[in-house]
Amino acid sequence: MTEELIVHGLEWTDKLLFVYPNEFIYWSIQIVMYPYMTGLVAGAFVLSSLYHVFGQKDLKEMARFSLVFSLALLPVAMMPLMLHLQQPLRGMNVMFTPHFTSAIAAFGIVFSTYAVIVLTEIWFVYREYFVQQTIALKGKADLVSTFKRTLYHVLTLGAYDINEEAIAKDKKAVKIMAAIGIPVAGFLHGYAGFIFGSVKANALWMSPLMPVIFIMSAVVSGIALCMLTYIIIMEWKKLKATLARGRGDESVTTIRGAEIEVISKTSRYLIMFLVAAISLEILDLIFRGYTAMKSWDILRSVMFEEDFVKIFILQYGMGNALPFLMLMLPGLTIRRTAVALILVLFGVFMMRWNVVIGGQAFSLSFEGFMHYHLPIIPHNLETFKEGLAGALTVIATPFILFWGINKILPSLNVVESD
Amino acid sequence: MKNHVLRPLWCALAAIALILIVRHFMVPDDFGVNGESFTYGFHRLSNVDEWQDFKAKYKGREYCQECHEENVAEASTSKHQLIQCENCHGPAIDHPDAPETLVIDTSRELCLRCHASLSYPDSPRAKIKAIDPDRHNTDTSCIECHNPHNPNLEEG
Amino acid sequence: MSCSRRKLLKSALSASVAASLPISAFRFLSPAECKAATGTEGTRWGFLVDTNKCVGCGFCVKACKKENEVPYEAPVTRTWVERYVVTKNNKLHIDSPLGGRDGFTDQKIRGEEIDPAEIAKTFFVPKLCNQCENPACVQVCPVGATYQTGDGVVLVDRDWCIGCGYCIMACPYGARFFHPVHKVAEKCTFCYHRISNGQQTACVEACPFEARRIGNLLDQNDPVTKIIMTERVAVLKDEYGTKPQVFYLGLDRNVR
Repeated sequence: MTEELIVHGLEWTDKLLFVYPNEFIYWSIQIVMYPYMTGLVAGAFVLSSLYHVFGQKDLKEMARFSLVFSLALLPVAMMPLMLHLQQPLRGMNVMFTPHFTSAIAAFGIVFSTYAVIVLTEIWFVYREYFVQQTIALKGKADLVSTFKRTLYHVLTLGAYDINEEAIAKDKKAVKIMAAIGIPVAGFLHGYAGFIFGSVKANALWMSPLMPVIFIMSAVVSGIALCMLTYIIIMEWKKLKATLARGRGDESVTTIRGAEIEVISKTSRYLIMFLVAAISLEILDLIFRGYTAMKSWDILRSVMFEEDFVKIFILQYGMGNALPFLMLMLPGLTIRRTAVALILVLFGVFMMRWNVVIGGQAFSLSFEGFMHYHLPIIPHNLETFKEGLAGALTVIATPFILFWGINKILPSLNVVESD
Repeated sequence: MKNHVLRPLWCALAAIALILIVRHFMVPDDFGVNGESFTYGFHRLSNVDEWQDFKAKYKGREYCQECHEENVAEASTSKHQLIQCENCHGPAIDHPDAPETLVIDTSRELCLRCHASLSYPDSPRAKIKAIDPDRHNTDTSCIECHNPHNPNLEEG
Repeated sequence: MSCSRRKLLKSALSASVAASLPISAFRFLSPAECKAATGTEGTRWGFLVDTNKCVGCGFCVKACKKENEVPYEAPVTRTWVERYVVTKNNKLHIDSPLGGRDGFTDQKIRGEEIDPAEIAKTFFVPKLCNQCENPACVQVCPVGATYQTGDGVVLVDRDWCIGCGYCIMACPYGARFFHPVHKVAEKCTFCYHRISNGQQTACVEACPFEARRIGNLLDQNDPVTKIIMTERVAVLKDEYGTKPQVFYLGLDRNVR
């Protein structure tokens, strides 16, 4: 009887003062992870599109990588939701009977559309490569090669033409998909912000600014993740090449790590979106304090007392102001950039945390508080799914997927031909 | 020369078709907008009947009276006539078939719901005779001295 | 591109767009048809709570749990009673131990002693789902699992709810929760199975002091409706625009 009877949220919620009996922290770590992951997806795609659409030549190196990484992130965006739902097997109901008055119903359409766009753009970018691989692998009899050749054969969708005209068509299509993808990526994350911003019952969430704040910080996190992963991978390759050369391996001709030119130009874009995100958040805060509605007393108490460190020190301080300074100061190095990017990613995560958990930190009665403690060691399915273990699973998965996808769609050290 | 540009579109259409086919089997036929409002009336119609058919557990005093005439009569002259039989005796459900007998809650806690003294002079609770549960015969069950059907204390 | 190919493209595109709209899910039943099918014509349920009469015995909470199979030991409940003690220094003391399931037998509020001499006023406030006219919880359900019936009651389809919790977050009153066993959204249904069959709700029947009553707001002769129409009643949190249909007599400004 005790195994089945789980009051969802009871385990990780501490109630202080007066809280309604049915109130618990229902939306916990996985709901923090979900907008974080979709933000990374949207941001990675926007970064890639900045090259394809706006011809930002300095982003050439990054473009293909961030596009493929965006694909690796895509299925991971679903994971937090599946882990959170009390009835995960019914998750598809959102696709079957979408109630469009609900922001969450938009998920089905927007996510599918976005997935189609990313897959389509990748197909156009890699079609030539698929065809070349089917030719190159011809005649090889071993199992892996045969499997790969069949896979590439299927992936060409039967379009074998790789003459100049066909390739030109591909490039044009890429540009179109990248252009369409930008507003859709914006939508993918804007609607996530709308999910929170439209809940009038929640005094912290309700704000018309919420969708915009979410989009801005999503792009920030996407760019930061791509830059960071790019730096790590390129520096790792440089290390391997250096070691090989040291051992006398003559095949190593170039030792190239992350280029500071690329990094510093990309970080300009990062700074722009960072400034936009923080400005809107500060505006929201000032506005609330100025208008001092009924909820202001409890909100002020949560923001300036209970969650002061989480909001002002961790998010605004370490996650926004500090990396901003680090990126703006002259003499930017790869190392300093990497540290700044880690702080930015941390800052965006704290923003999601402070919105989701912070919005449930006070009771609807405005006369009490709820404290959230993340389950660290899981002892049942629920504390696994909605605990540290579940969060780590979600974070690790895109990298595992990328490792696999990269074998089929190589995206590093590939320079887009103009 | 065949135009290969549209191939991803055909794939997307195939995926949509697949979803629609699966949907046809997964969504009940009576799912739709019931009434005028898509906002408030979008649901599976047969669920309303399902809720209406949910089993009622409490039967009410009139049902008890059919067999337990004397007990109901005993209570009818006292202040406790206000209290439904099932508040203390538990829901009848399918009694006398199932359960055969109802377990009566004879705990002090039950009586204290109304009779624990709380010093709230402006509350209607003040009109109820009350005791301090930590002082008044703490090791005895209330019903050893008080008849719950007819506690009329004035009669000694 | 030749004309026929263009035509093919256009028609393929529009066909796919049209087909992708879940058209059959948007079939419309007229309100009259629907009400006739479910027997809800001419009824709009409304509830009346008289805080001048509630003594905090909690029999309503106990009866509700047993009637509606909400696990008795779990700290979640479809209805609950809140105790308010306002002291002379204008400080507010509120509690609702287990929703008032066992009544209020302790003078201490959440462990805090309150000097009876300092008490200015006290009252008990029963709460339940307000079965709003414009329910925010229904608006946000992504799959159409929760809805409003023809007679105004908001129900949850236990077989369709995906358990996302959006409705729980959207309710300003804290009326919703996850059912610990069914693992879907749960809330007070005005004992729809009882009122649809001529019985009273479990809580109304259990209350010895007539602090709770239910009636048909569309029936001018209903005694409950008459009180709501002619006496001074209030609702909870009307600033959210949900148009709640639970009316309170004696609702104090301190009620949260």
